[in-house]
Amino acid sequence: MTTIRIANVRPYGEDPTDLYVRDGVLVDALDDPDETLDADGLVALPGLVDLHTHLREPGGEEAETIATGSAAAALGGYTAVFAMPNTNPTQDSPVVVEHVWRRGREVGLVDVHPVGAVTVGLGGEKLAEMGMMAASAAGVRMFSDDGRCVNDPLIMRRALEYARSLDAVVAQHAEDHRLTVGAQAHEGPVAARLGLTGWPATAEESIVARDAMLAAAAGARLHVCHLSTAGSVEVLRWAREHLLPGTAAAVSAEVTPHHLLLTDTAAEDYDPVHKVNPPLRPEADTLALRRALADGVIDCVATDHAPHAVEAKDCEWSQARPGMLGLQTALSVVASTMVTTGLLDWRGVARVCSEVPAAIAGLSDQGRPLTVGEPANLVLVDPEARWTVRGADLASIADNTPYEGMELPVSVVHTMLRGRWTVQDGKVAG
Amino acid sequence: MTEIGLRHLLSTEGLRREQAEALLDTAASMEQALTGRAVRKLPTLRGRTVVTLFYENSTRTRVSFEVAGKWMSADTINVSASGSSVGKGESLRDTASTLAAAGADAIVVRHPASGAPHRIASWLDRVGHSHTDGHVAVVNAGDGTHEHPTQALLDAATLRRRLGPDLAGRRVAIVGDVLHSRVARSNAHLLATLGAEVTLVAPPTLLPAGVEAWPVTVTHDLDGHLATGPDAVMMLRVQAERMHGGFFPSAREYAVRFGLSARRADTLPDHAVVLHPGPAVRGMEIASAVADSDRAAISEQVTAGVHVRMAVLYHLLAGEDVA
Repeated sequence: MTTIRIANVRPYGEDPTDLYVRDGVLVDALDDPDETLDADGLVALPGLVDLHTHLREPGGEEAETIATGSAAAALGGYTAVFAMPNTNPTQDSPVVVEHVWRRGREVGLVDVHPVGAVTVGLGGEKLAEMGMMAASAAGVRMFSDDGRCVNDPLIMRRALEYARSLDAVVAQHAEDHRLTVGAQAHEGPVAARLGLTGWPATAEESIVARDAMLAAAAGARLHVCHLSTAGSVEVLRWAREHLLPGTAAAVSAEVTPHHLLLTDTAAEDYDPVHKVNPPLRPEADTLALRRALADGVIDCVATDHAPHAVEAKDCEWSQARPGMLGLQTALSVVASTMVTTGLLDWRGVARVCSEVPAAIAGLSDQGRPLTVGEPANLVLVDPEARWTVRGADLASIADNTPYEGMELPVSVVHTMLRGRWTVQDGKVAG
Repeated sequence: MTEIGLRHLLSTEGLRREQAEALLDTAASMEQALTGRAVRKLPTLRGRTVVTLFYENSTRTRVSFEVAGKWMSADTINVSASGSSVGKGESLRDTASTLAAAGADAIVVRHPASGAPHRIASWLDRVGHSHTDGHVAVVNAGDGTHEHPTQALLDAATLRRRLGPDLAGRRVAIVGDVLHSRVARSNAHLLATLGAEVTLVAPPTLLPAGVEAWPVTVTHDLDGHLATGPDAVMMLRVQAERMHGGFFPSAREYAVRFGLSARRADTLPDHAVVLHPGPAVRGMEIASAVADSDRAAISEQVTAGVHVRMAVLYHLLAGEDVA
């Protein structure tokens, strides 16, 4: 295999040094590398890990495929993504998760880990074959009904208990559906004015509280998807201080880039490119989420990358599907909200975008330090770059980015997966 | 009559006071122009095409717009659309583009989705259409639970006829299902813009979270508020088809707590006006004796509706070049 020298790169934004790669592993200095990359000015981070991606294949190929989604992931600096199970057919059986996993390997741009459904068909009633999915070639260790909440407390309790025996984590889309019937936007003054049915913060917070209690009682691992309110942060903080100590349970949480940056006022023009679930929240929530991510109360960033075909967005707000693209803009939005604000340094970004999500998902070969002997999964970013987002230029088939025309800081220049370039000079390596 | 800088009428929120007053003044002029005429036909919009595009059933609003167009010699075309969901028939965007390409100068749209007229306006503005001036005016004739601006304008026109042309300082109560009411939203904004003091009267379950941000005061006590002697009481329709969530215990309890009974109406000052956007559920929201009394302005509202819609179409389509 090719040996590579990455010259004058700044690991975690710190002092420039050279990194060497051989056989997919970071190694000590090599005398005569096959290839040298001048990485002067670039920051090296461990390859990013996304716990929450919708790749849409099988069933939604008009919006995204595993190939196009993998390209978007690599271009966004990711070396591993977790593909949510709301596909058609649903990823609720070994055969479907193995298909997704194999297809990801064939494409080879990013490690694609299918997330298994908690319940059959995401129906919320009957546990899916979690054990068989865990034992499949895909080795599923994360289960979720994302898009739907496992609303029934008895089913959620059993899912947590059962997952414990598989050393798996249950990732909950926290939304009490009884409180969000017909909901279209964050419940508050903006939705009231726009005549959009409100999605109250309590619908999320009550499920976070309930599930933390169920996880504590079961000694199980719970992961909260796309945490979106200041109240949920406080529930999480309380659970960590008062509920979890002395139990075998663990509760982690993710926040999306869009909930760090965008607010509910984006709905004012009724353009559903801003429709997402959970909905965009008021500015006070975005600021609380940023602080919580900096403090470690929220563990990590996950994109909730959700491609939708144009027909699903170029319509009335209430008819539109929720969700927005995220893979290629995530790092820039994190930089914009967390780094330029001084809340996180590049080590912090590595923690919340790579190391911690890899640990939550139990990946042993991702989110590792940039040190000798570790797998060469890394991303090189230009911290001084600024770029303007154009949905049509993104690798996804769909173009539903809420950042259209927005100028963002930081660009991904190169991405490496196990010693092989997947992205070079901002383009998918061919 | 002067140009007032209105391209579409999508909401009363954001309408400036001088724009609102110009519309109301024009409506009054229309009424005068038609009074005593044997043939109620003005040449104002000859050669212009007004399409009503209704995704919800409505008799009074559609007829009102159609009559308004015809009395100004516009060609009016009615399009009924059922089932607006994606994948079930033509998309809203395609329908709007088709109507624009076919030569509509104005599209009057009623739609169950809040914001649908905004979407149409932004699509058409982006593309540019119409054989005349490249602009198709969009009029919101009621969108979901958002706004119904011409209803608020006709309510204001009715209040001006009854209470005098200046509504500043007048106290108006809006009673009932504010949560689901586009009429309440439009009225709250327009009346506040015109300087009136608006009080919403409803049980907490029929008020939207975030109503504190509206330019109104809120109470749950109808009798207590009526005792303060408001100048007008606007009773909202209780939209039975939206009552799936148990918003109040029973129709009987609603009538007892929030219905405008004859006893309650009797406590109002002599000059006070009772409005209802219709169709009214008699006996529940409003007693028949009140709806049929002299203080009720329900049929005046319907008449004012035609004049107000004439004024809206006039300002959107004719502007100063015809005046």
